[in-house]
Amino acid sequence: MQLTSDELLRAYRTMKSIREFEERLHAENATGDIPGFIHLYAGQEAIATAVCFDLGTRDHIGSTHRGHGHSIAKGCDIRGMMLEIFGRRAGLCGGKGGSMHIADLDHGMLGANAIVGGAPILAIGAALTSKVRGDRTVAISFTGDGGSNQGTVFEAMNMAVVLKLPCVFVFENNGYGEATGASYAVGAPSIAGRAAAFGMPATAVDGTDFFAVHDAARAGIARARNGEGPSAIEATAVRFHGHFEGDAQRYRARDETANCRRSMDCLSRFRGQVTQSGLVSPGQLELIDAEVLALIDSAVSGARAAAPPAIDDLLTDVYLAY
Amino acid sequence: MATKSYRQALNEALAHEMRRDPDVVIMGEDVAGGAGGTGEVDAYGGPLGVTKGLIHEFGAGRVIDTPITESAIMGMAAGCAMTGLRPVAELMFADFLGVCLDPIYNQAAKFRYMFGGKARTPLVVRTTIGAGFRAAAQHSQSPYHLFTSIPGLKVVLPSNAYDAKGLLIQAIRDDDPVIFLEHKLLYDTVAEVPDEAYVIPFGEAAITRTGKDVTVVAMSRMVHFANEVADRLLAERIAVEVVDPRTTSPLDLDTIIESVSKTGRLVLIDESANRCSVAADIAALVAEHAFTALKAPIRLVLPPHTPVPFAPILEDAYIPGPARLEAAIRSIL
Repeated sequence: MQLTSDELLRAYRTMKSIREFEERLHAENATGDIPGFIHLYAGQEAIATAVCFDLGTRDHIGSTHRGHGHSIAKGCDIRGMMLEIFGRRAGLCGGKGGSMHIADLDHGMLGANAIVGGAPILAIGAALTSKVRGDRTVAISFTGDGGSNQGTVFEAMNMAVVLKLPCVFVFENNGYGEATGASYAVGAPSIAGRAAAFGMPATAVDGTDFFAVHDAARAGIARARNGEGPSAIEATAVRFHGHFEGDAQRYRARDETANCRRSMDCLSRFRGQVTQSGLVSPGQLELIDAEVLALIDSAVSGARAAAPPAIDDLLTDVYLAY
Repeated sequence: MATKSYRQALNEALAHEMRRDPDVVIMGEDVAGGAGGTGEVDAYGGPLGVTKGLIHEFGAGRVIDTPITESAIMGMAAGCAMTGLRPVAELMFADFLGVCLDPIYNQAAKFRYMFGGKARTPLVVRTTIGAGFRAAAQHSQSPYHLFTSIPGLKVVLPSNAYDAKGLLIQAIRDDDPVIFLEHKLLYDTVAEVPDEAYVIPFGEAAITRTGKDVTVVAMSRMVHFANEVADRLLAERIAVEVVDPRTTSPLDLDTIIESVSKTGRLVLIDESANRCSVAADIAALVAEHAFTALKAPIRLVLPPHTPVPFAPILEDAYIPGPARLEAAIRSIL
């Protein structure tokens, strides 16, 4: 589908925001000021952006431990995310969740999930809510190649087919589940093929091509909205960073990430595609680059200056009433 | 007031709430008993008959037969609860939590806290517990001690038909995740149960026998044993006070301590486990908060530290029963 220049600029802004957010976190993490573990999404921006591009606020997504990109693409507040990752009281989860649990239910974001394979069974629940209420919303689950081997994912796919639920299972194959190669750990020839065996349409796309992912996502979302049931997408991409920040990545060939950045960068591919088409000028993209950088700068300085939770927050929010 | 079974009381609670709120849905294996067969719809009405008839009134869209897929049932329930429905998900036997603990333990129980108070998860998991059904090690356990230890969950153990209805209605209306444990050997017990809806608040124990000599804390089926022993000992002028907490989380510790302060003696009978049981937890709390009220050691009447055996002679010996309870009471008088 042909997108308008405004839509292309919107897509670019989202992808660029994710990239800068993650590259900045890579640098900030090295200062030692971010507690705990972060898992960066850089390299996979086209997938989250394209899948979420046509979603509304009331549609739902379930994410992974590598969830910053999904959150930004679904419309979560970037400042609120940064505050959360720094463990601040004003963060999206009050500093109680952190990077691996960023959630924003007001934007249909059901949470990053530190349990691998956690999202699909929750996403089918959101899809059931849609079906029971007949509100034509859809639910998307994001799962990695590693997560695709979890039993919960198989159970979710079968349940979605049996109950004809309005959901799309998105599998992001970035080549590694933690330190183990997908070529080793995924027993089937393809994740899409395995999803198809559950009785739903499944397509494999190049996850570094925004437009390929967008076409597949649009078809799956339309099918779900029309009450025709679930579908699946396997999008192949690359992980620019390690499994977690601090990962020495000795399981990867020394030049692998450098080569990926050179030849499989979804962002430079998108820039080339849209400027060559003449729909968008390089100057328009550079303007967005500057705005995004300013936003990330301000999000980081805001998060660094913000207060941590009050000690009394330890005991709140366990129950609504007890 | 009409006399009704525990099973019928639960069925009424579900029907009341489904009529009252279109967001209440039921899901589980054979809850309509089941879909896709060549015979009659609703042949089972739930594996133990609790959901019988509901599909005829509410339809397959709200009484949802699922495949045998406990992780997906619990995950789907958690996901639909956090997006606005009020699911009542059935886990046929509590033993099966082994294949679906994650959506309960790592997801539903934690959403509210982990997301900074911005999520609510009004989920009810109905499940069955209890030895004595000759169903052996994987269909007979009572693992409510495990659920009780998880922050974010509420844990409910109705011991009679009246409580079953009021507690289940409260569970469905509650905005936090609730684990509702029904004892298999109580389904056919009867009590007077009003036709209309009513709620029993969580965290309020019931005193089922009053007495001044010894306090017995009992849950679920064990309450019946405690009442039986209390009635028997009354002939010897031994007055046993029986406290049924009804919910182990929240726990009405005040009522237990008040009773122990009066009697000075405490015996707990608990089917959950030999180690790290709910009884052990309550005993520790009483020792911490009311030690000076105690005139004798606390006694625990528990199953052995074994799986539930099959052969009737072994299973009967496994279950903490009235004879052992009576002996424990006599040992501290």
